[in-house]
Order: sequence, then structure tokens, then C-alpha cells
Amino acid sequence: MTALLIRGGTVIDPATGLNGPADVRIEDGLIAAVGAGLTAEGAEIFEAAGYIVAPGFVDMHVHLRDPGFEYSETVETGARAAAAGGFTTVCCMPNTSPVNDSATVTNYIVERARKTAIVKVHPIGAITKGSQGEELAAIGSMQKAGVVAISDDGRPVMNARLMRRAMETAESFGLPVINHCEDLNLSAGGDMHEGLQSVRWGLRGIPSCSEDVMVARDILLAEVTRARYHVAHISTKHSVEMVAFAKIRGLKVTSETTPHHFALTDLHMPPYDGNYKMKPPLRGERDTEAIIQGLVSGAIDAIATDHAPHAGSDKMQEFERCPFGIIGLETAIGLSLELVHRGIIPMMRMVQLFTTGPSRIIGLPSGTLAPGTAADITIFDPERRWCYDVNKSYSKSRNSPFHGKEFRGGPVATVVDGAVVWRAQA
Amino acid sequence: MPAGLLGIEELDRTEIESILERAKHFQPIQSQAFKKSDVLRGRMVVNLFFEASTRTRTSFEIAAKRLGADAVSITASGSSVSKGESLVDTLNTLAAMRPDAIIMRHSASGAPHFLARYLPIPIINAGDGTHEHPTQALLDALTIRDQKGTIEGLRVAIIGDIAHSRVARSNVQLLAKFGTEVVLCGPASLVPPELARLAAGVTLTHDIHEAIRDADVVMMLRVQLERQHEAAFPASEYFRFYGLRLEHLDLAKPDAIVMHPGPINRGRELSSDVADSHRSMILNQVENGIAVRMAVLERILGQ
Repeated sequence: MTALLIRGGTVIDPATGLNGPADVRIEDGLIAAVGAGLTAEGAEIFEAAGYIVAPGFVDMHVHLRDPGFEYSETVETGARAAAAGGFTTVCCMPNTSPVNDSATVTNYIVERARKTAIVKVHPIGAITKGSQGEELAAIGSMQKAGVVAISDDGRPVMNARLMRRAMETAESFGLPVINHCEDLNLSAGGDMHEGLQSVRWGLRGIPSCSEDVMVARDILLAEVTRARYHVAHISTKHSVEMVAFAKIRGLKVTSETTPHHFALTDLHMPPYDGNYKMKPPLRGERDTEAIIQGLVSGAIDAIATDHAPHAGSDKMQEFERCPFGIIGLETAIGLSLELVHRGIIPMMRMVQLFTTGPSRIIGLPSGTLAPGTAADITIFDPERRWCYDVNKSYSKSRNSPFHGKEFRGGPVATVVDGAVVWRAQA
Repeated sequence: MPAGLLGIEELDRTEIESILERAKHFQPIQSQAFKKSDVLRGRMVVNLFFEASTRTRTSFEIAAKRLGADAVSITASGSSVSKGESLVDTLNTLAAMRPDAIIMRHSASGAPHFLARYLPIPIINAGDGTHEHPTQALLDALTIRDQKGTIEGLRVAIIGDIAHSRVARSNVQLLAKFGTEVVLCGPASLVPPELARLAAGVTLTHDIHEAIRDADVVMMLRVQLERQHEAAFPASEYFRFYGLRLEHLDLAKPDAIVMHPGPINRGRELSSDVADSHRSMILNQVENGIAVRMAVLERILGQ
């Protein structure tokens, strides 16, 4: 028997409501017990005084760029960055090359993860072949091979009829449909949020309404199909309001937002800095405030990073040529703790947004410290002062707007199946 | 970082005034038989134009030569850009040849600002996408001063495709620093409401008559079909509703002047008789362009 005792921390487990001092004892990769004064017999000790001990954090929206763009990230390096960010599980989007639209590609990713990843990696399959938005992908076969959801992330399904069929198909296989909501006609050519800054800088805008019209459409389709439907990286006030409305109507509609969408607005962006370019774009203050309120109210169910690595040279271009996306795994907890320190959400809510929230959307057994479940645990220090140096990132890419930012609080150790896979340098 | 000239937004009023003063000093030289000075002798500028341009490129080249500097002009077609080289690599290559400044026009907004973060030499923005065209605003200001004696307290109407106009943005930034009243006019699809918050003293209207009423200066903009990504306004009726005709000018101040950054499209944004009228300052603007660019080059490269 191998055993690990995480001793003296504050245990927060949203699944049971536990929030207080306790030890966690792990035996052979499973949670053995949670409680006060547990025996250290035969166990390695992890001193967790001053730390929060929580179920392993789940990031349901990352891009690992593998296969096809291994110069930007691989399953292995992305998993290391995830561990260093306190995540024990990530779900990777299908916009690889080739697109994950078949069991063959799914099998490849699952196999790469099994051989190289230090955290759990669950692939998300494409909705349509090649994410071209024309014909449904082999959704059932991908589900058998291990995908946990379907999405054409980055290439929204513009055809409403096809989206309806996708929802019906996904429902048949018990999968949620995740959509990147952006009406491509309204957003065409846009590089940043449409507002004063885009007008000032002469950049084409991505209006908030380009997200809203597709969220509205999808919610109506979710009502018709009764499907599990999830809005990826929600970024606007009206979208949050519509998701809240869908929940009131009893639909299986959920949403996630990213740390950068609640931490930054377009006003934080230095002119023409490609490390602030992503989709959806950093919005205006009105939208950002609504995102924060959505995290408080429950309209938003999860925080996901949309970790989107791009190799250095890809972002060393004219702003309009820079690809969309930023890395985010290693800064997610630090940014989210700002909401706690500012008194906007309690610590329990933050932990929920990273654990039970995403786990329920995806249908994963993770997100709890119940005895007998896999010992995936995130340990973080809510007070530790540290500075993010992107050049020391475990990711292969450096495209972060948070380089040099001072954080209060961050991950300390990441435990997967009972093994400490990452520990912060003292 | 070496100081170049990226935009009007970054300049304060005193800096603008000192450029205009120096430009005024260079104005008489344009009509002398011998036009050349040697203040920039031994200096070298590269004119790097990634977009078609006749007047601005020629104007910069003449300005440099009149100050005794050497000028090399490169257009993007036929350069390494067409071979897939990145903008940073192209500029670094040119910088390694040790020019004293790079004058650059590019179709991407912010391209010179992005490069200025990485290049060891001054960059002069000769127009970036739909963002800024600082020397155009300076030469416009000089032209207004020539005619009106001052910029302060005037009412300036800017009419046309404001959304896609770097000339409009630079002029708004400049005029606002002088407390000028600026009215921006065009169809709603080409005049986004955020423009009103760009600077103090800016108002918007979709009615050309309202814009021109009591104006001291009427600036017309070219309809930039190449920057519009869709038909944002029916082209067939543009001139009817937003083209400037002589009768419109009855609404303006009696001594109002008409300006246009060129190239003009007769019968599209202004009628031929307006373009040729005594109120038209279009060629004065071109002439002032050289004086202003001499002042800018001297400021950046002098001593």
C-alpha cells in the first residue's frame, strides 16, 4: 500500500459542503478518509497548514495543439502547464490538425495522454467533419473512443438546422454540445471588442451582439431538442442574462467564462499588443461586470481557461494578423482568487467553479473528495505572493498578458491519483 | 526607444505648435529657385510603403531631399514581403543598413506602433490602416492656420467615411487639442457613435446640412472602397446625400474653406466645381505637405 496524508489544511469540498480544517488520507490512489487527526501510519506526509485542500480542479476548455501544431504545445507540455496551474483534469478542444472529428484522432489523443500526460486529459470531439460546419462528424464513435463533449470551438456552427441535428445526436449519446458563440457575419474581420478602443485604434470590432444572437438561437434549439447545451467562454451581459433565463425555464443550459474575461476589459489592453488578442475579445466594462455577476448568481457554472498556445513568432506580427488566443492554465487560480480577496465570491464558490461546476457539465466523476473516489487534489495557498514569469512557463508558448503580474495566492501542489505530480518551488 | 512620430494622439499641443512654426519657416523655401538646405546632410531615410501612395511618398522624399538627406523609396510589391518575410524581419533587415529613420505606410492599423517596440531606429508613420496619418493632420492644421490665422475656436466639419479614415482620426486628435469644435458627418454605418467619445468637442450628425452650417472649414474624405469590407452604404446614392456641392457652402461661414486629403473622386464625395472653386485648399494642402514633413524630419533627425 502507498499512502499520502495531506495534513493540517483547510479542506473545501463543494460536493459535500465541507469547509474547515481536516486531513485527507489517500491510499493506493484513492481517497481513504477526510477528517480530523487522521493516522499517518505508513503514509508520506504533506504539510498543508495555511493551504486550501480541494478536489482536483477541472479545466474543461484547453487547446493542446496536438496533433498538428506541436511547435506551440503538446499533450505532454500542456498537461505540465495544467499541473503547474493546479489542474488535475483538462478537456482539450478538437481544433487540431487533423481535427478531432473521428475515433482515430480521439484514440491518438487518448494514447498520447496515457503515455505522456501528468494530469487527466479528456478530448472533446468536433461537431462537424473538419469543423467545417457542413456535415456531422462521427459523434457516436468518438464518444466510444473517449470524447466527453462535442464542439466546433473556434468555428461556430452557423447553420441552425445543423446545430439542431448536432444537439439531437449528442443527446442520443449522452454528450453535451459546447458552442463557441459568434455570428461570423456580424464579427467578420474583427480583431477586438467593438467599442471606444477599437474605434480609437482603427481596428475592426467584434460586437457583443455577435455572441448574443448565437446564444439566443442555441437556447431556443436546446429547448426544442432538450439537449445538454453549454456556452463556451461567455463574455457578454446579454448572453449571461439569456443563460439565466434558460436555467429558469429548466433547460439543461450551462456556461463557462475565462479568467481573462472577468479580470480584464478592453481598457486594460495596451495598443496593438497581440497578447491581449483572443476570441471572444476582452469586452467593455458593462459586459465584464455582468460576467462577474454571473459567477456570483450561478448563471455561469464554471471557470475555464481557454488555454490557447501560439508560438512566439505567431504573435510577433501586425495586430490584425496575430492569431486569437492566450495561454491561461498557470494564472487561473491567481486571477480567480482576486474575486475572493475582493469579497465578490466566497472561497467555496470559487472552488465550486473549478470542480463540481465543470464536472457536472461534462459528466465526469471528478470534483469531490468522497472516500473511494480517485485522489485528484488541488492544494493552493490563498495568500502566497508570487509573480508570473511567462518565460518559466511549462507551456511551449509565451502568449500571456499576465507576464510580470503580481499575484496574491496560487497553486502549491497538484495530486493526481494519489501522486504529487507538481509542487511549487519554495 | 528612439522618438519617431507614430500619431497625433501622443503629441501635446506645444509639440504640435513647434512643428507648425518650423513648417511655416520652411514654406517660403518652396517658391525659391534654390530649394535645398543641408541641415540633414549625410542623413538617410527609407520610405517604406506597403500601400499605394503617390503624394505622401513623393512629399516625404522631396522633404528629405530639400533638407539634404538621402532618401530611398521601397514599395512592398517586389520586396521580400512578397516572399513571405514577416514585417519584423523586413524592418530589422532594413534597420541593419543603418538608415536614420524609416518612414512607413502600412495597411494594418498599429503596424508602426508594433514595430517601434522592437526597432532601434525612429519610425515615422505615413499612415497606418484606419488609425492615424499624423503628417496629414499637421499639414491640414498648417493650411487652416494659413487661411484662418488660428485653429482655436473654429468649427470644422469632417464629412465622409469617418470609420475607415486615418485622416479623420488624426485630425480629430489634433483639432481637439486646440479646442476646436469638430462635427463628424456621414451615414450611421460609417460614423460609429463611439467617435463622439474620442475627444472633447466632437459631435456627430448624419445630415450634411447640419454639419456644414456655420462651419469655418469643411473637410471632405475620400470614399475608401478598399477599406470597406462590405457595402456599408448604397454607393448609388452616396453623392446625393453626402457629396459636397456648391449650394451646400451657402450654409457655411462666408469665408469657409474646403479641404480634401486627396486623391479626390470628382462626382463621388465632392462636385467638380467645388474642387476647382476658390474655396478649395486642396493644392495648398499638397504644398504644405512638404513644409510640414521637412519640419517633422528636421525634428526627428536634426542634430
